[in-house]
Amino acid sequence: MIELTGISASRGMCIGPVFQFVRQKLEITEKKQVNPSEELIRFNLAIETAKAQIDRIYEKALSESSSADAEIFQAHRMILEDPELVSAVKTKIEQEKKSAEMAMQQTGKAFSDMMAAMNDEYFAARATDIMDVTNRVLRVLLDVAESPTANLKEPSVIIADDLTPSDTVMLDKSLVVGFCTAQGSATSHTAILARGLGIPAVAGAGNEALEQKNGTMVILDGTRGNAIFAPEDAMIAEFRGRMEAAKTIREKALKFAKDPATTKDGKVVEVVSNIGNVEGAQSAIENGAEGVGLLRTEFLYLEQSQLPSEEQQYQAYKGILEVFGKMPVILRTLDVGGDKEIPYMGLEAEANSFLGQRALRLCLVRPDIFKPQLRAALRASVGHNLKIMFPMVATTSEVRDARKVLNECVAELNQEGTAFADDIEIGIMVEIPSAALVADQLAKEVDFFSIGTNDLSQYTMAADRTNPKVAPLSNAFFPAVLRLVREVIKAAHKEGKWVGMCGELAGEPLALPILLGLGLDEFSMNPPMIPLAKQILRNLDSKEMERIAEQALELEDPQQIQAFIKKKIPFIAEIAE
Amino acid sequence: MKEEKIVVNNKVGLHARPASLFVQEAAKYQSEISVYCQDPETKEDRTANAKSILGILTLGVFQGTEITITANGADEDAAVEGLVALVKNNFGEE
Repeated sequence: MIELTGISASRGMCIGPVFQFVRQKLEITEKKQVNPSEELIRFNLAIETAKAQIDRIYEKALSESSSADAEIFQAHRMILEDPELVSAVKTKIEQEKKSAEMAMQQTGKAFSDMMAAMNDEYFAARATDIMDVTNRVLRVLLDVAESPTANLKEPSVIIADDLTPSDTVMLDKSLVVGFCTAQGSATSHTAILARGLGIPAVAGAGNEALEQKNGTMVILDGTRGNAIFAPEDAMIAEFRGRMEAAKTIREKALKFAKDPATTKDGKVVEVVSNIGNVEGAQSAIENGAEGVGLLRTEFLYLEQSQLPSEEQQYQAYKGILEVFGKMPVILRTLDVGGDKEIPYMGLEAEANSFLGQRALRLCLVRPDIFKPQLRAALRASVGHNLKIMFPMVATTSEVRDARKVLNECVAELNQEGTAFADDIEIGIMVEIPSAALVADQLAKEVDFFSIGTNDLSQYTMAADRTNPKVAPLSNAFFPAVLRLVREVIKAAHKEGKWVGMCGELAGEPLALPILLGLGLDEFSMNPPMIPLAKQILRNLDSKEMERIAEQALELEDPQQIQAFIKKKIPFIAEIAE
Repeated sequence: MKEEKIVVNNKVGLHARPASLFVQEAAKYQSEISVYCQDPETKEDRTANAKSILGILTLGVFQGTEITITANGADEDAAVEGLVALVKNNFGEE
């Protein structure tokens, strides 16, 4: 038995035989006698064959609807047709009397090195493309098989140093149960492919992985990021047992998706959905959502070239509200800023758009945008349970200002004799630490809070969640963030107001016990996560979770907290895989 | 010979998709077409074959760079016109 540790590239577990993805070495030796005109013909033929291969791959990528992959092959074709590249190879053949393969290899490498030397992620990717194309032409010239997976016959775990799009597009995906790469990262092509296929992948397991023989059994744990080669039988049995248990819970979760989430001790919590359009609404219902905790309204603004009219918004909101009937739907007013491109709004680019004039800050200075949205929402509320929520609140006066605009709209509609529901709850997103710290004051101004943990984490930890270098710091499992969540819930409950959460944390299996223990009233998440979250909540005792949450918040970092939850509540450890 | 100067104003300059569109447009014409620009830092002169994606990419044309498009051949007027139009409307980005 040998256990290798890499990083998690795609979640899940699998067991299967090893299939080593080995590229045949392209050995090129200097020819003694070179006939340039013969070599030119060989080169031209090889280019044509390579083009035909790429066209075939391109079609396949398109039909499998991986348009990002398809684009890569379009780029490959352009490189193959590049007059600079082609003429450089021909010059080498004619003037330096090189063989076609030697000329191609040297030229390809020279161009690729030039790109790589630019020290830029974009050019580094182009360098890879050039080598990919060069090797394709060399394989044709040397008569080496196009794909090393021609012998893949049974469902296997593919092991490779790293895989390129060319390698994977011709792969029979039904025969792949997992990927394990010696190199690579969580953002590499293999990782993205595996996540798309919904199969586990471990990246960066080291070169020892490449030494494992074909057919050796391997247990791949894509969640923890490790691979166990040639495990003992007892271990395989244990693993199969765990996979089976997790599967049963998932199936059960789906079966009971529409039942309420009543905890072991009889507490009923609301599980609702984050959606951004009508399709999301359908999926939410199918997955057992009891309403909408976050209706993102940006889609209306991003999909067109001018501000959506009040009427257009009214129709769109009405359409979504009708899907939910009398269930609660929380509409979040427009949340855009300098980093989202909405050309017609005339927003100036800001040096630090996450700290800039975004969301409510923008709406308060742009009544031309804000009022039509509020009027449309009010009008759509008739006969439904609509709630309105303002994003990006930092101070109490902002809430009062927003309410003032809302009241103006109400007065206008009254004067016009236009109907709207008169019991609309008004809430805010708590996503700025300042709002969390004065939650007691804010609670007096609103009917509810919804905690946005993605932004709350990045603002609390001062770590840009879109910057990979610091993104790990922007993690809602840090006790600093969780303690803010605790204080927000306490402050709201003291004023008799309810608290929801619409950040990613609300659907995280390992966070559910903590959030339940802290007293969260409403959990809002993406539709596919709902059945499982409900099933987990049903298996928890809210009183017991109060104690567990308090203990968890005394720990120091996400790793400790997650390990603690797994230890205290073993069944979640299995589902979280 | 036909020549025209134009400033590249789209976000990424002559990279990624815009570079690819530029080369595809150039390939439609029979004329020989070249692109000239000056390195913004070293002031070094650079020229590339407009029909070569590798040549265009390595020119290093970013937002705000002025380029000179030169065409020589039977359809030189149409070639320069077509390429300038593409740059002018920011490769259809907005």
